Amino acid sequence: MAEQQDNLIPIYIMGKQYMVPSTLTIMKAMEWAGYKLIRGVGCRGGFCGACATVYRIMGDPKLYFGLACQTVVQPGMYLAQIPFFPAQRATYDITKLEPTATTLFSIYPEVLRCLGCGACSKACPQEIDVRAYMAAGMRGDIAAVADISFDCIMCGLCASRCPAEEAQYNIAILARRLYGRYLAPRSQHLQERLKEIRAGKFDAELEELKGLSKDELVARYKARDIEPK
Amino acid sequence: MSGYPPEMRESIRKVEATRARRIKETFPAMSLEERDAILQAFHPDYKEETFHALRVGVSKGQRMPIELGKIVEGWPHITPDFDLSEPFAETDVLVIGGGGGGASAALLAQENGAKVILVTKLRFGDANTMMAQGGIQAADRPEDSPAIHYLDVIGGGHFTNVPELVEALVMDAPFVIEWLEELGMMFDKEPDGTMIEAHGGGTSRKRMHSARDYSGAEIMRTLRDEVRDREDDITVIEFSPAVELVLDDNGQAAGAIVMNLETGVYSYIKAKAVVLATGGGGRLHYQGFPTTNHYGATADGVVIAYRAGARLGYLESMQYHPTGAAFPEQILGLLVTEKVRGLGGQPVNAEGEQFVYPLEPRDVEAAALIRECAPVEQGGHGKGVVTPTGQPGVWLDSPIIEMIKGPGTIKKALPAMVRQFGRFGIDITKEPMLVYPTLHYQNGGVRLKPDGSTDVPGLFIAGEVSGGVHGHNRLMGNSLLEITVFGRRSGRSAAAHSQRVKLGAPSLAHVAAWIKELDEAGVDTGVISPILLPDYTRHQ
Repeated sequence: MAEQQDNLIPIYIMGKQYMVPSTLTIMKAMEWAGYKLIRGVGCRGGFCGACATVYRIMGDPKLYFGLACQTVVQPGMYLAQIPFFPAQRATYDITKLEPTATTLFSIYPEVLRCLGCGACSKACPQEIDVRAYMAAGMRGDIAAVADISFDCIMCGLCASRCPAEEAQYNIAILARRLYGRYLAPRSQHLQERLKEIRAGKFDAELEELKGLSKDELVARYKARDIEPK
Repeated sequence: MSGYPPEMRESIRKVEATRARRIKETFPAMSLEERDAILQAFHPDYKEETFHALRVGVSKGQRMPIELGKIVEGWPHITPDFDLSEPFAETDVLVIGGGGGGASAALLAQENGAKVILVTKLRFGDANTMMAQGGIQAADRPEDSPAIHYLDVIGGGHFTNVPELVEALVMDAPFVIEWLEELGMMFDKEPDGTMIEAHGGGTSRKRMHSARDYSGAEIMRTLRDEVRDREDDITVIEFSPAVELVLDDNGQAAGAIVMNLETGVYSYIKAKAVVLATGGGGRLHYQGFPTTNHYGATADGVVIAYRAGARLGYLESMQYHPTGAAFPEQILGLLVTEKVRGLGGQPVNAEGEQFVYPLEPRDVEAAALIRECAPVEQGGHGKGVVTPTGQPGVWLDSPIIEMIKGPGTIKKALPAMVRQFGRFGIDITKEPMLVYPTLHYQNGGVRLKPDGSTDVPGLFIAGEVSGGVHGHNRLMGNSLLEITVFGRRSGRSAAAHSQRVKLGAPSLAHVAAWIKELDEAGVDTGVISPILLPDYTRHQ
C-alpha cells in the first residue's frame, strides 16, 4: 500500500477530484476514495454489464467507454457511471414466433431506423461491431445478428449513444433466442437420450448405484474407463 | 507488446522451450490415496485453525470457516416486533435471488399456476451464474449415461453426496439442456446439431456443453429474458435483498422481510411459499483468499434459513478454483475457466515443467498448485513464479491449445478470456496466463431434499445456497446444472405447496427465539447479518 501511495493520480468522479493509486481499476479507485458501491457494480469480472462507465481525459475532447471493473484509472480521468439506461424492451412469447425478418421488424420496428453511424460500436466495451449486427438486422439476417452480438453483456452503452434511439442489446437477444430455438440445428443424440430416460432405461442402474456402500462405489469409481481426449 | 515484466518473461521463455515436448507428455493422474494425501497437506479446508463450530441453532457443532460462522451467529436486522400487519406485497411464491436458480424457479412456479415475486439484491442477473464460463454437464451422448455421470459426481465429491440428490441431478440433466434449447439458448454445436462436448476436471466422459466461454451468461440472459416476457405473472423487484424469513404460527414459510438497499427501508412481502436461491459466500474471503464471485455473494441465504430452523450441512468444505488470475493485480482472483484445461491447456511451473494432471477434480488440482508454489521448507516444491507484488502463481499454458487443436481455436472457444487478458496487454494465444487458486464455490449449505424442499415447510431451495448435491467437492459444469435442475424442481414444488397450504398468522417468533438463544449462550459476534455487501472502502 505504501508503494501505491507514492504514486497517486487525480481522477474526477462525477466532477469531484480524488487522488488514487495509479494501478487501480476505476471500480477499486472509487472504493479507495470511499464510495461503498450499490449501483454500478455487479460481478466485478467483466461479465454482467453493471459498471458501464463513460470518461474523458482532461484536455482531450474525445469520449471513452469502459467497464469500471476492467479499466485502469488514468491521470485526469473524468468519469461518470451509467448504471441503468431506460431502453425499450418488448415482451413476446418466444414459442409463438417465426424466425423471420418480419418478426424482428414487427417486435422492434425501430430496427429500420438505424442510421448506420457506428456510435454504438465505438461505445461497446466488448468491442462488438454493433453497427454490423444492426445492419444484419435490417437485412433480416437473424443468424448473423446472433453470431456477431454473442459476446454482448447488455450494459446499455450502445443504446445510450444511439441517435436513432435503438435498444440494440434487446434486439440482439431476441435474435439470439430466435436463432437458438428455431434456426440452430437440433441435437439428435439429445432427443435419443430423452426417449431412453423416459422409457426407464437407466432406472435399475441408478437404483443399484444408490444402494451401494462406499467401498463398492470406490471400486466402481476406480474401475471406470476414461474417454480419451 | 507483452504485458508481463521482464523477469516473468524470462520464465515464459522456459515454458516456450518445453512446449513442443510437452504436447506429447501426459502427466499421470493421482490415485485416490494420493489425492487424499495432497488434500490433507495443502488444501485450505484442512487448516483446522481457520474453522469454527456453531454454538447455537439446529446444526450446533457444524464446522465452517470462521468468517462464515461469525455472520451465521449474527444478530438480526429487525426486531421481533416488526409490524407484519400490512404487507408491502402479497404473492403465491416469493423467490429470493435473481441468478439462474431463482429465474428457473420463478419460471416453473409460474408455469404451475403461481403468481410470483422475485426479489434480488442487486440487478436481476447480477449473480455467479452470469460469470460461469466453462459449461454445463449432461450425459446425452451414446458413449455416456446418467449412471456414469452419477459415478463421476459422487467420486469427485469424496463419496459423501446425498444419493437421491445426485440421481435428480444426473437424470434431469438432459431435460434441462432441452429446456434451455427450447428457450433459445445457443449451445456450441456441429453443423448437424451434434453438441460439442468437452471434458472437465474429474469427468470420465466428455459431457460439458458450452456457449463459447459465456456459458453461464448465455443461460442467465436467456432465462432473464423469458422471466421478463412473463411480466403479468412474475414481478421482479431489484435492489431488495431479504434480511429475514417470516414464518406463520405453525412454522410454515410465510414470506420474507426485504430491505430496499437504496433507501434502507424494510418491508414485509407475504407469500404462501418461498424459494431461496441466494447463492454462496465468496465475498467473505475465507482465509484471505481472493474470489471469483460476484459482489453480492455474502451467504445471506444460509444465515436467514438457519435462523428459521433449517439444518445446514457440508459447510466445512469450500471450493477453491485451481485457476484464478494471479497477474495482473487488477484482475487478481478472477476466474480463468477450466475449459482452458479442457481444451488441452497445461499447468506448468517456473521451469516450464508439468507437475499435475491438468484435469484432476478441482480440490485436488488446487492443492497441487498450492504445493507447487509453497516453499520447500513447508513441504512444497518452491517452483512458482512470483509477481512484482509478491503474488505466487504457476503458468497455465494456453498457446499449446492452438498447437493441439489448430490456429484460431482460442479466439473461437475462449473469447472472454482473450478479452479479459487482452485489456492488460496479454495475448493468451501467444503467452501463458499466471494462475493461483481462488475462492470459488460453497460446496455445502442448507440441507436440501430432491423435490427442493427443506426442513422448514414451505421453504424451498436451489443452487449454491444448498448443500448435499456435490458432497465435499463439486465438479466443473455441475453448478449451472444444479441451479437449473433444482431451480425447476423447487419452483414446481413451491407452486404446488402454495396451492394447498393454509397459512396462519405471520410471525417473527423464530427471530425472538434466536435472540434468546444467542443471549443464553453468551454468543455475541458483534455482527448484524446478513451483511449483504462486503466493505471495500478504505479505512484510514
